[in-house]
Amino acid sequence: MSDKIPSKLLELDDLAVHFHVGSALKGGVKTLKAVDGVSLEVKPGECLGLVGESGCGKSTLALSIMGLQPPTRGNIRLNGHELSARDRMETARTVQMVFQDPYASLNPRQTVRRTLADPLRIHGITNKTEVEHRVMDMMAKVGLRADRADRYPHEFSGGQRQRIGIARALILQPKLVICDEPVSALDVSIRAQIINLLLELKDEMGLAYILISHDLGVVEHVSDRVAVMYLGRIVEQGGWQEIFEDPRHPYTRALIAAIPDPFHRADAKVARAKAHGEIASALNPPPGCHFNPRCPMKANRCISEMPALEAVAEGHRAACHFRNSAA
Amino acid sequence: MTAPLLKVDDLHITLEGDGASYNAVENVSFEIGRGDAFGLVGESGCGKSITALAVMGLLRRPLGIGKGRIVLDGEEIQNASAARLRELRGSKIGMIFQEPMTALNPLSPVGRQIAEMFVLHQSASWSEAMDRAEDALRQVRVPSPERRIRDFPHQLSGGMRQRVMIAIALACRPDLLIADEPTTALDVTVQAEIIDLMAELCAAKGTAILMISHDLGLVANMCRRVAVMYAGRIVESQGAEAIFATPRHPYTKGLVDSLPRLGERSKRGRQRLREISGVVPSIAAYPSGCRFNPRCPSVTDICRSAAPDVTALGDGLVRCHHHE
Repeated sequence: MSDKIPSKLLELDDLAVHFHVGSALKGGVKTLKAVDGVSLEVKPGECLGLVGESGCGKSTLALSIMGLQPPTRGNIRLNGHELSARDRMETARTVQMVFQDPYASLNPRQTVRRTLADPLRIHGITNKTEVEHRVMDMMAKVGLRADRADRYPHEFSGGQRQRIGIARALILQPKLVICDEPVSALDVSIRAQIINLLLELKDEMGLAYILISHDLGVVEHVSDRVAVMYLGRIVEQGGWQEIFEDPRHPYTRALIAAIPDPFHRADAKVARAKAHGEIASALNPPPGCHFNPRCPMKANRCISEMPALEAVAEGHRAACHFRNSAA
Repeated sequence: MTAPLLKVDDLHITLEGDGASYNAVENVSFEIGRGDAFGLVGESGCGKSITALAVMGLLRRPLGIGKGRIVLDGEEIQNASAARLRELRGSKIGMIFQEPMTALNPLSPVGRQIAEMFVLHQSASWSEAMDRAEDALRQVRVPSPERRIRDFPHQLSGGMRQRVMIAIALACRPDLLIADEPTTALDVTVQAEIIDLMAELCAAKGTAILMISHDLGLVANMCRRVAVMYAGRIVESQGAEAIFATPRHPYTKGLVDSLPRLGERSKRGRQRLREISGVVPSIAAYPSGCRFNPRCPSVTDICRSAAPDVTALGDGLVRCHHHE
């Protein structure tokens, strides 16, 4: 145990995860760059919102941080230690995950008590009173009644199941929790309950979150900082206020413009910011800036030259040749 | 005033099961004018999708129409024959579903699936129909339609498949397009494009839209009027702007207040989200009285004992004992 508290809980340095797909006999092996050179950091107690559309590499990135998907290149440091050098048990005590679908991510044949107690036992807490105490304490924290401990997942509603999923992630008192679309599978009238719960637990337990979501309203509400991913790369990152009030990458602007805002019916400015077409295949990304075929600001330079992620202000970076020109 | 294109009057849909019969949808009434856009909003299980299925004549056992009338363009269709309904579907009513992969035939090229509409409903020859299918693909802005008409659904992306669905639904210039969660399976930027495309094509062809979604924001942007359903009943109906500005039913208020809205945090800082307590009731255990009463912040005794009637409110209606 080191006695200094590292200022960075998680550091990703030029992380890449490439998959080889296809076969040498049928058209050759291709490389799919699911994550391609991502550098990020998360400080203790901070929430990083990770935004992007399906296929942009968010979930692969999450699996790498969990130690479930070995990176092709680059480094992942947790609490200052290289992830590959840590043992699985220690990683599990530091990083946990809350999944999107609370129907699929709980074992249907385990009671809540067992779902919560198993991680404790596996991690060497065998004293029955202590296990019981910690299970009950965690159930209370996530708002589940103690007399429900011996029930099975199918006896709970979607929102309550997500509470069980959150309790399971927190029972080992991790420092970092990756929440992968934690409310998108829930009924609309239940979402606020879970978002409030996540924010309360963050303060109470000093948690850091990586919140993966396509719902920008939720991301703005919860995040301290936001990173926007497109085809395996971070195209913009910064504080939540910079990202939402002064977005510099056209893709970020397109994402914001795509959200139907019932209070401000779409105006011309919004229409201009909208992206056209669909995300390209990660197997065959367009040359230069990967966003160029969909970009309303596309110029020749965007096809020939890949923009680097460069600073536009303190703590705010964007990967666009036109990051300093107005929309 | 001209007669509405679609009039649903006091529709009840029953669900038979476990030796019991439940009212899955009760007292649902609404009207859609020609070329109008109407949204039906609610959570899963509230009855919005089966209401749409009833309009299309696609309810199958254990679901059935209990009572009520569905009038399309002056014709009562709730008891129409299967043959007449088949004629109406495709020619007067077009449909778009949530998951285009399961709605399209995986074994048939998409061009053929569009062309079929012209052959079935307009007695076109196959060669003429294929030419028109290519035009239809061009209209929904599928790139290189001359090649794409030979593609199978699995060769297209989700957004492209939904464009094909729109092309099929609008092929015969129906009077009414029913879109049931048309963009839920799509990414947000693609959703925005598909919605714009639907709105534009329907406006050009004078097609009315019945849009069904759980996303109040999406519906309010697309539709002129919105009805909110909860547990099988319409609890409130208003113009799209009014329903956000002055929601009258506690459930609508709860929905509007409970979602984090873009830009809100910069204006007022992070406020705790207002929660709607409790869970959506299951159909076998609908509470008596007002079905929202166990979750309602302003519940009183009468809410538990008597179901509230519909109160007309200027341009809309609300079903609550305590609407202001």
